[in-house]
Amino acid sequence: MSTETAAPTANAAKASTQAAIKENFRQYGLVVALIVIMLFFQYMTNGILFLPVNLTNLVLQNSYIVVMALGMLLVIVAGHIDLSVGSVAGFIGAVAAVLMVDYGFNPLVAGIVCIAVGGVIGGAQGYFIAYMKIPSFIVTLSGMLVFKGLLLWLLGGRSVGPFPTEFQMLSAGFIPDFIGPLVLVAPKLNDAGNPMPNTGLVLHSTTMVIAVLIVAAMLYFALKSRRDRESHGYDAEPFSLFVIKNLVLAGIILFLMYKFASYRGLPNVLIVMGILIVIFVFVTKRMTFGRRIFAMGGNIKAAALSGIRTERLTFYVFVIMGMLAALAGLIYAARLNQATPKAGAGMELDVIAAVFVGGASAMGGVGEVAGAVIGAFIMGVMNNGMGIMGINIDWQQVIKGLVLLGAVAFDLYNKKKA
Amino acid sequence: MADTILEMRDITKTFPGVKALSNVNLDVRKGEIHAVVGENGAGKSTLMKVLSGVYPFGDYSGEIFYEGQECRFTGIHDSEKRGIVIIHQELALVPLLSIAENIFLGNEQTRFGVIDWNLARRRAAALLKKVGLNEDPDTLITNIGTGKQQLVEIAKALSKEVKLLILDEPTASLSEKDSQHLLDLLLEFKRQGMTAILISHKLNEVKKVADRVTVIRDGQTIETMDKADLTEDRIITSMVGRTMEDRYPTRTPNVGETIFEVKDWSVYHPLHPDRQIIKGINLHVKKGEVVGIAGLMGAGRTEFAMSVFGRTYGANITGEVFLHGKKADTSTVGKAVAHGLAYATEDRKVYGLNLIDHIKHNVTVANLPGVSSGSGIIDDLRELKVANEYRKKTNIRSSSVYQITGNLSGGNQQKVVLSKWLFANPDVLILDEPTRGIDVGAKYEIYTIINKLAEEGKGIVVISSEMPELLGICDRIYVLNEGRIVGEMAGHEASQEKIMRAIVRGEEKAAS
Repeated sequence: MSTETAAPTANAAKASTQAAIKENFRQYGLVVALIVIMLFFQYMTNGILFLPVNLTNLVLQNSYIVVMALGMLLVIVAGHIDLSVGSVAGFIGAVAAVLMVDYGFNPLVAGIVCIAVGGVIGGAQGYFIAYMKIPSFIVTLSGMLVFKGLLLWLLGGRSVGPFPTEFQMLSAGFIPDFIGPLVLVAPKLNDAGNPMPNTGLVLHSTTMVIAVLIVAAMLYFALKSRRDRESHGYDAEPFSLFVIKNLVLAGIILFLMYKFASYRGLPNVLIVMGILIVIFVFVTKRMTFGRRIFAMGGNIKAAALSGIRTERLTFYVFVIMGMLAALAGLIYAARLNQATPKAGAGMELDVIAAVFVGGASAMGGVGEVAGAVIGAFIMGVMNNGMGIMGINIDWQQVIKGLVLLGAVAFDLYNKKKA
Repeated sequence: MADTILEMRDITKTFPGVKALSNVNLDVRKGEIHAVVGENGAGKSTLMKVLSGVYPFGDYSGEIFYEGQECRFTGIHDSEKRGIVIIHQELALVPLLSIAENIFLGNEQTRFGVIDWNLARRRAAALLKKVGLNEDPDTLITNIGTGKQQLVEIAKALSKEVKLLILDEPTASLSEKDSQHLLDLLLEFKRQGMTAILISHKLNEVKKVADRVTVIRDGQTIETMDKADLTEDRIITSMVGRTMEDRYPTRTPNVGETIFEVKDWSVYHPLHPDRQIIKGINLHVKKGEVVGIAGLMGAGRTEFAMSVFGRTYGANITGEVFLHGKKADTSTVGKAVAHGLAYATEDRKVYGLNLIDHIKHNVTVANLPGVSSGSGIIDDLRELKVANEYRKKTNIRSSSVYQITGNLSGGNQQKVVLSKWLFANPDVLILDEPTRGIDVGAKYEIYTIINKLAEEGKGIVVISSEMPELLGICDRIYVLNEGRIVGEMAGHEASQEKIMRAIVRGEEKAAS
C-alpha cells in the first residue's frame, strides 16, 4: 500500500517540475528571443543599439504601442479585436491639441478630459459589441473609419501645435534627479567650461536607487510567494530554476536601468508605462476581474452559466481599451509636439501584432501581459535596429510581417507537440 | 481465416507521456457486428483512429490486415477507398448545407467536373430511403434533429460503398426511439452482408445487436466474447477489472422539509414566441432528497432547468421559485447562485468547462469571491487549496490541478463540473445528465457523490435519459413530457414501464 501511494507523489513532483518549466518556457522563450534579437542588432549596428541614448529612444518610440497593447491583450483574451485604436489615438491627440492650443486648457485638465472621452468612445463601441452582439471586427472597423474622419474634420487638414511645455514633458521629459548626479568619470570640459557630450560617466543617481528598489521588491515578493507555497505544503518550482530565473531578470533590469542612468535617467513615460504594466499584470493574474476575462474568452457559454456577466465584462474591457488608446494618443501627440491628420494611422496593426507575437491566441482565452509587452518591444527593436542599419521601409515591412507569421507558427507548432 | 475481414495485431500507440494502446489485438469476421466496449479513456477511439488512418502508418506499431492484405493507411481517404468508413461520436455534418450536399461532401456527383444536382438529389433520396429517413434531400441539416442527422451520416457512409462501418457511440445523444431505429438498421445492414464495429457504452444495446464483443481496458485487449457467453455482468467485470455487485451505491434517505419549489412555471421558445416549451410546471424538492426528472429527448427537461437557473433559456418566463420557503428571484445566474441554486449542464464541453484552462481555474470560476478578498483580489494559495480539496473529494484523476481540462476523460471532466458547483456551495443542485457518455466506474463515483450531497442535506434534482439510472438513485421521480409533468412516483414504486406509460398517456392527453 505504501508503495502505491508513494509512486504517484514522486510522479506528481516530477510532473510539477516539468509543468513549471513548460509554463515558464513560453514566457521566458520570448525574453530570450528579445535578447537574441537585440544582440543581433547590437552586432549589426556596430554597438549603436545598446547606447544609452538609443535605448531611451527605443522606449520613447514604443511607449504608446505598449500602452495600447495592454488593453488589446484584454480585448483579444476576451475573444475580440479592436481595429479602431489607431484612429482613436489620433483623434484624441487632436482633441488634446484643440483643447490646449486653441482653447488654452490646462494640460492636466485636458488630459483627464481626453482620457474620459476615450473611455466614452470605448464604451460606445463596447455597447454595440457586448449588448447588441455585433462582431467586434465590424464595430471597430466602423470606429476606425469614423474616428479617422473625425480627426480630419477636427484638424481641418492643418497640424496643431506646439503643446505647452508641461504637456511635452509626458513624452520628452525625464524624472528629476532628487539625489544629484553621481560622477564616476568626470567629463571633459570644453573651452567655455561646459562638459562635452559623450565623455566621462555621470550616473543619474535617483534612477539607480529606483533600480535597486525595484530589484529588491521583485526578489522579496518572489521569495515570499515561494515561502508561502512551501509553508502550505505545495511544491514550488525547483530552487535552482527559481534562483537562475530571478538572478537573470534582476541582472537585465539593473543593466537596462544603468543604461538609462548613464543618459538622462528614467523617461517619464517609462514610469507611466511601468505602473500600467504592473497594474495589468496584477489584474490579469490576481484579480477576479481578470480571471473572468480569461474564463469568458475560453468558453463564453460556460462563463455565462457560471454566473459571469459576460456582457458587462465585455463592455468594461472596451472602456479600458478606449482609455488606453486615449492615453497613447496623448503620448504620441506630446512626442511629436503637435497633432497631425496622419497621427495613429496603422498603429492598430502594430498593437495587434505585438499581442500576437506575445503569444495570445486569436481564439481568445490565452495571453499574457508580459508577453504582449515583450512582443511590442520585439517589433520595436526590429524597427529601431533596421532603421539604424538603413534598411528600406519597404523591406522592413516584409521582415516584420514574416516575423509575426513565424512567431505565431512557432507557437502553434510547440503547442501541437505538447 | 477465410471469414476474417479485419485483423489488427499488436497495435501499440503512444502519445507523449502516455501509452494509449499496448499490443491490442482485434479480429472482426465478415458480416458480423462486433462491439468494442471499455471505459472512457480505455483506448477504443484511439484504436479506431489507427484503423481508419487518422493516425497514419508509422505513428503506431503493429500490423493491420484487411481482406487478407496488410494495410498501411496514410490518411482517412486511404481507408475509405477500401470501404472502411468511420462515423465519429461528434457528427461531422455542415449545419447550413442540405442533406444531399452533406452526403456527397468531398465526393460530389459530377459530370465533366460540374456538379450534377439532379443526380445528387436522386441518389441522396435513394440512400435516405435505405436508412429509413423520410426527409427531402434539400432540407438543411440544421433543421433536422440529432437522430436524423445520425441517419444522414450513415447514408453518407453508404454512399461510399462501405464494407466495414465503424460507429463510435452512435446512440449517445439519441432518444430511445431513435436509438432503436438505428440498431434495427444495423441489423438490417448485417443481413445484407455489411460488417460493422460498434463502440458503445450502452451494454443493453451491445447485448442486443452484437455477435461478438471485445473488451478493452487501459489500452489492452482483455477478452473477446461470443454472443453465447455474453452477460452484462461479465462485460462489466471485464471493463472495470472487478466485479461490480451493485451499479448504484445504497443510501438510506433522510428527507427533511421542502427546500426548493417551483410553481406554475411557463416558458416560451426564445425564437418562436408562440411556441410554449414549458407548460405550467409545479414541482418541489425536499432536503436530503434526490428527485429525478424523466422524459424523452425534447420533453423540455433541460429547458425547464435552464429557465429556472438565471433564465438562461427561453422567453416570456412566468412562475415562481421558492427556496427555503421564501420566494426567490433567480432571474440571473448570479442571483440564482446567491440563493443557493446550482445547475450542472448536460453538455460539459460546450456549457460546462473552459477546456483550454486547467482544473484549478475551472473549479473556482463560479465562486471566485470564495477565494478572494472583498476587493476582488484572488488569494492564489487559498484557490490552490480549494482546487486540491475538491480534486480529492470528487476523485478527479489527473497529474495535478494544473492539468488542462480539455485533456481529461469525460468522467473526470464531469467531476470538475461537479466540483465547480460544489464549491459554490448550493442548497439545491440540478444535475442535467450527470453521467452522459462516461463509463461505468466513473458513473458509480458520481452516484456516490450525489448520495453524499443528499446526506449533507442538500436537495438534488437529476435529469436523465437513462431510466435505470433514475430508478437506481432517486427517491422520487417526475415524468416530463412535452413541457408538462405527466407523472410523479416514489422511487421504490417506479419502473421503466410505469414511466413509459406516463409518457404515452401524456401524449394521448396532449393529442386529444
